[in-house]
Amino acid sequence: MARVKTTRGAAAERDTDGGTESVREQAAAPTGEGESTAGDLAGLEAGLDALDAVQTKRVSPAEVLVQKVLPPIVAVAVVLALWKVLVLAKVTDDYKLPDPGLVWDALRQLWLRGELLDIIWTSVSRGLFGFLIALVIATPLGLVVARVRFIRAGLGPILSGLQSLPSVAWVPPAVIWLGLNDQMMYTVILLGAVPSIANGLVAGIDQVPPLFLRAGRTLGARGLVSARHILLPAALPGYVAGLKQGWAFSWRSLMAAEIIAKSPDLGLGLGQYLENQRNNSDMAGVLLGILLILVVGIAIELLIFAPIERRVLRSRGLLASAR
Amino acid sequence: MSPALTTEKDDRAGAAAAGSPGPSGSTGSVSIAHVHKSFGRPGAAQPVLDDINLTVRPGEFVCLLGASGCGKSTLLNLIADLDKPSAGTIEVPGGRPALMFQEHALFPWLTAGKNIELALRLRGVPRADRRPRAEQLLELVRLGGAYGKRVHELSGGMRQRVALARALAQDSSVLLMDEPFAALDAITRDVLHEELTRIWRETGVSVLFVTHNVREAVRLAERVVLLSSRPGRVVRQWTVDIPQPRRIEDAAVADLSVEITEELRGEIRRHGQS
Repeated sequence: MARVKTTRGAAAERDTDGGTESVREQAAAPTGEGESTAGDLAGLEAGLDALDAVQTKRVSPAEVLVQKVLPPIVAVAVVLALWKVLVLAKVTDDYKLPDPGLVWDALRQLWLRGELLDIIWTSVSRGLFGFLIALVIATPLGLVVARVRFIRAGLGPILSGLQSLPSVAWVPPAVIWLGLNDQMMYTVILLGAVPSIANGLVAGIDQVPPLFLRAGRTLGARGLVSARHILLPAALPGYVAGLKQGWAFSWRSLMAAEIIAKSPDLGLGLGQYLENQRNNSDMAGVLLGILLILVVGIAIELLIFAPIERRVLRSRGLLASAR
Repeated sequence: MSPALTTEKDDRAGAAAAGSPGPSGSTGSVSIAHVHKSFGRPGAAQPVLDDINLTVRPGEFVCLLGASGCGKSTLLNLIADLDKPSAGTIEVPGGRPALMFQEHALFPWLTAGKNIELALRLRGVPRADRRPRAEQLLELVRLGGAYGKRVHELSGGMRQRVALARALAQDSSVLLMDEPFAALDAITRDVLHEELTRIWRETGVSVLFVTHNVREAVRLAERVVLLSSRPGRVVRQWTVDIPQPRRIEDAAVADLSVEITEELRGEIRRHGQS
């Protein structure tokens, strides 16, 4: 706001220097030289620019705290309180609904035994590595499907269909094909994540305004040059949305695979931990497993994908808060 | 396909390779001869342009005026080589013309400066020369401080000025403009008329400016060309000898606008009778 004011002030000064009235008369009379009105035109334009300038509001840390951080904390507290109330009211047996404190104890013991981070890392490393392979496969696939009509007609419906197939359905065939090992896990992740990343890229490319491609062509961009400088950057928001969804699918597929496939060779991930606790009839452990899967999935999204998406959208003025 | 159709591809490429165009020779001119354009299947094709003959001299400012359906934008696309005529020839000896749209068409993932640099890059300007040239072009449209600004941070008028700078970055001797100020408010449009006149005189570029605003045409052009609608035909031309700088409020501008508007309305009425 302060910046805008100073520019407006400067423009006004220039106006008084030239004498607004006399300049107007000069301009009205077509005898005047072009140069005589040039300074006034510059001032006029600076004034218009200042008046029209789009102001981006800076949000203070305190506002972020109140608007973004506080609500989820309150929501979690409410859920915990409700849980505690249900336990105290004894709505069901203890082994079905344990006290929140017991879940906390289970977490503490896992941490004290030094297993917590190992379990999380086993799953996260699998999930992220599988996601990266999916990324490398799905990106060229999405490009080809979006731009080659014949391939689109053939593969497009299959890709969309695969996206709605629960990836847990791939676990039995993957076990038969590959056995109980990490390759089986990655196969299930790929079958879950590749279609959603590829579909995201296809949707992103479909939504590129034709005007951008036309503008690119008048600037001399055709074929691959156009893809590199215009098509791909223009499709980036859709692509990033696809990546986000791809991660969600990777994580879900992996958990399904980990819960179903059990083998000492596989190491202990979050899914296996959850399944082990079910076998032990340890409801507090089961709930802890679910919470950990949820928290890790959310954390990866908040730490990796949300910042990327925010950056892409903000730089294009597509983020609501940037307006 | 008519036998009259000849492609000018080789001509254009040759002229473009010859380096930056100057005012010498026919560079900066546009010659349109017997151009027809139809859309649709052969047999049931709808004629959009019918026997268009038009010449823009180097450094000239010509406004194309017409109601909806006169094929103004189609004609610009043909001149810009985005589409091919059904018959006739279009010669642009200065190489591929620059084209400016009603929408700014700036790329939102790039800053104002980088938008201009992309145009320079696609034209083959070496990396080291791009930034100084982009800043120079921004100065030309009086947006010296806007290099690092994102498109969404600019006002409508500023966006169109960056778009103008990007079009000028193509260093073409012909600038085609497709209703570039139609979406702007009246005050901003008025200022941009003055800017465009100034830049046209400073750069010596030939301008072919499409509009449906009669006063805008008279305010800007040295010559106003009226097109009929469905199909587009050149109906009449006026040479505008009102001295620059003009204002859109000038009595002389108003008088000629009244005359041209009468003719334009007559053309539109014809469609109601048939």
